[in-house]
Amino acid sequence: MRILISIGLAALCATAALAQHIDNARGPVPVMEEHTPPPLQNPDNSDVRRQRAYAMQPPIIPHKIEGYQTDRNANRCMMCHARTRTEQSQAPMISVSHFTDRDGNFLAELSPRRYFCLQCHVPQVPVKPLVENRYIDVETMLRRGGSASTLPGKE
Amino acid sequence: MKLTRREFFKQSAALSTATAAGIPATAGAANIVTDAALTKLQWNKAPCRFCGVGCGVNVAVRDGKVVATHGDINAEVNRGINCVKGYFLSKIMYGADRLTEPLLRMKDGKYDKNGELQPVSWDRAFDVMAEQFKKALRDKGPTSVGMFGSGQWTIWEGYAAAKLLKAGFRSNNIDPNARHCMASAVAGFMRTFGMDEPMGCYDDIENGQVFVLWGANMAEMHPILWSRITDRRLSSPQSRVVTLSVYENRSYDLADLTLTFRPQTDLAIMNYIANHIIRSGAVNRGFVDRHARFMIGNTDIGYGLRPENPLQKARNVADPGGGKAATFEEYAAFVARYDLDSVAELSRVPKQRLEQLAQLYADPKTPVMSLFTMGFNQHTRGTWCSHLLYNLHLLTGKIAAPGNGPFSLTGQPSACGTAREVGTFSHRLPADMVVTNPKHRETAEGIWKLPPGTIPDKPGYHAVQQNRMLKDGKLNAYWVMCNNNMQATPNIVEEAWPGYRNPDNFIVVSDAYPTVTTVAADLVLPTAMWVEKEGAYGNAERRTQFWHQLVSAPGQARSDLWQIMEFSKRFRMEEVWPAELLDKAPNYRGKTLYDVLFRNGEVDKFPTSQVEAGYANDEAKAFGFYVQKGLFEEYARFGRGHGHDLAPFDAYHQARGLRWPVVDGKETRWRYREGYDPYVKAGEDVNFYGMPDGKAVIYALPYEPAAEEPDKDFPFWLCTGRVLEHWHSGSMTRRVPELYRAFPDAVCFMHPDDARRLGLRRGDAIEVSSRRGAMRTRVETRGRNKPPPGLIFVPWFDAGQLINKVTLDATCPISLQTDFKKCAVQIRKV
Repeated sequence: MRILISIGLAALCATAALAQHIDNARGPVPVMEEHTPPPLQNPDNSDVRRQRAYAMQPPIIPHKIEGYQTDRNANRCMMCHARTRTEQSQAPMISVSHFTDRDGNFLAELSPRRYFCLQCHVPQVPVKPLVENRYIDVETMLRRGGSASTLPGKE
Repeated sequence: MKLTRREFFKQSAALSTATAAGIPATAGAANIVTDAALTKLQWNKAPCRFCGVGCGVNVAVRDGKVVATHGDINAEVNRGINCVKGYFLSKIMYGADRLTEPLLRMKDGKYDKNGELQPVSWDRAFDVMAEQFKKALRDKGPTSVGMFGSGQWTIWEGYAAAKLLKAGFRSNNIDPNARHCMASAVAGFMRTFGMDEPMGCYDDIENGQVFVLWGANMAEMHPILWSRITDRRLSSPQSRVVTLSVYENRSYDLADLTLTFRPQTDLAIMNYIANHIIRSGAVNRGFVDRHARFMIGNTDIGYGLRPENPLQKARNVADPGGGKAATFEEYAAFVARYDLDSVAELSRVPKQRLEQLAQLYADPKTPVMSLFTMGFNQHTRGTWCSHLLYNLHLLTGKIAAPGNGPFSLTGQPSACGTAREVGTFSHRLPADMVVTNPKHRETAEGIWKLPPGTIPDKPGYHAVQQNRMLKDGKLNAYWVMCNNNMQATPNIVEEAWPGYRNPDNFIVVSDAYPTVTTVAADLVLPTAMWVEKEGAYGNAERRTQFWHQLVSAPGQARSDLWQIMEFSKRFRMEEVWPAELLDKAPNYRGKTLYDVLFRNGEVDKFPTSQVEAGYANDEAKAFGFYVQKGLFEEYARFGRGHGHDLAPFDAYHQARGLRWPVVDGKETRWRYREGYDPYVKAGEDVNFYGMPDGKAVIYALPYEPAAEEPDKDFPFWLCTGRVLEHWHSGSMTRRVPELYRAFPDAVCFMHPDDARRLGLRRGDAIEVSSRRGAMRTRVETRGRNKPPPGLIFVPWFDAGQLINKVTLDATCPISLQTDFKKCAVQIRKV
């Protein structure tokens, strides 16, 4: 019994030692142990637009899209976001960038290369990030007084 | 500060009134900065950090930080667009838990395998690491040291690592994670064409008509190429898309024809198509007679498992790649048994669909581009899959021409450029050469200025074998660089974890972030990533792309290149080479590995002053010469003049990548074809010059069952894979909040009928277990992937849900690549 306890303790200590440095993408669960994963959650459906991280970022989708048909025959997203549908839907129109072909020519309609919206635009499940991200918005940077002389690449 | 919408408008109105009246607003309240000197961003080009498509990205830098990224309009690959991962590249370097100092497992201030990971200096880290490597070399020799590298290494990092291991430590135990990724494609290309990598390029898409996806879910895994195929399909009415997979996925949304087949029966389907081509008289005899020959390959070759596994009692386990020459008639007789009825029954694909696909390949007027990736490569008969597909293109002559050909897609940004072209595999040397060929070793020893006999002549341990040898205590000093193998490798429970934690072994892991692999390490080295260093990648269409260092790495993080070169300074030649070898190169006595490998008059040929003005280069600064240029130019000598030509170093910093062979400043879009490939002479039409006789090999190979198929106890097929929003093990993408929220945790995609039979509902927690291990996840019966009854799909990006505890470490016996797509599992509610 005593031996069993000491082995148990040693195992515990070893586990504790390994757990000091953790992969935040896994959390504190030791690699060889299993835990019950977090429950499935529905994505944000508030329809509130989110600020983009920078100007060219594709906006995220602030609503549910479950069951939307986007295939060769129909594109449900365009039923609201097409130029001709926005007055009725009050949804934002697809970006003008979406009307250009590979060579930069403007087309009359959505460029087929932009047809599958979900390659760039994704819904958001309202969960807390696993790890804080310290990316700095350029606006924040300008306001804290960055100057042209501190442009990158210069030693 | 949170404002309601009304408050927000009120404040905005007050602000604009104040500004109009000339009243200076407080610094934080001016509503827009317009001073051009202040708002200017410095833009540069770089290839994307993620998949093998190799999109061009514009990177905006401000005050030493990346602040924006978007698709490069001038990059031919993607012409201004990125996928959602690419758009969020700006955030991948800024996760709060970046590793910024070396961590050594210690107890009472000393290295201890059972200690805790604690911060140490680089000096201390390398002292302990060198001591451990020297101990292994002294006690057991070169086969006891090894390295597991990456298709995400830059070209020069992979090159420097291969040189350190193969020439320095004289160990061929270096393999890239690309072994998990496209080794089967390499083996297939080498054995059929004598040269690796696709003959065509992405321009095949705009020139093509029929696109067939074999085990490739491009809509999620190669989104920007998919956008090019979508563009072609939707704007050109005669074009067609066909998808073949073991479950329905997003690529089915564009398809005209879909074939969901029983796992492993792709082998039979391809043989049926070949049979159809022959029987319908569609063989292009002129092409076949001039440009192809036939072989019947060895069968019953085992499954790449440990030798004691009963499945290894196979007839040709010792010679899986063998075969004998054959005639067209013998080949035709071989495939004759793959008739429509039996293949439809075996594959469970309706006859009509099989016939439609066969007709597309057979019709001489229809160009066909076949695209394949992990479904083919991660297959215990992965090399055979490649061959059987090439057969279809060779029989019909639909190859090496615009819009025609087999195209191997890659999963990593430099699987081609680094893993394949540099040759960081356990059997390879640069430019398609191998360690087993004395002429090839001689060439490498010549370029590297090494005495004859330096490079060992036996292949080293490949990926899966490395884990087995760690576990068995034969591989003792091990460096994992630029990948997260504890998450990515198969059979973690039985092989990888016991191997890493074996008290006989010292495990070093270099990474930018904590991962389950760093958690398993004894020494963790903080690493610079992407635009924190000058780099080069090679994408799937043979395009080599460069970028400059644009920002500095945080804290003490250093690039893989710096780590490799700095570590080499710790070894005197007498400590790594035997006296007999040093006798052949007495001038190397008393020198260090660093002197011999990197200060050899080639690598150190270009001064730091040649680094383009305005850009930092931490490695050039550290070593005192233009390291990247020297390594690249030395490496390029391997391939110039015989079909692997790379352009001069400086050209790549100007171009948006160039597709090799680059001859007289011109890139090559279609290899082996007269008029496109400078190596094919006038009048030859087509020349597969990788082979001495210029002929490609058509291999006769059968259907054989998978290593482990569902049975009473383990009734489900398990297929693993990826999702659009995360890249590989998610160590970068799950640290980007927008990408994390888009697909936070792994799930088990299953058919609703299967769920019902097991008494499960969507969202229930379940345990998925195999004969090897178990993991927990949740049921998903809706969404993007729709498996047929009897098959589940679980992605592997989630460090919290390690599906590779369950997978089987069976490999293709020829390519030695793991089959992550097939094993048998059971499911229970927890």
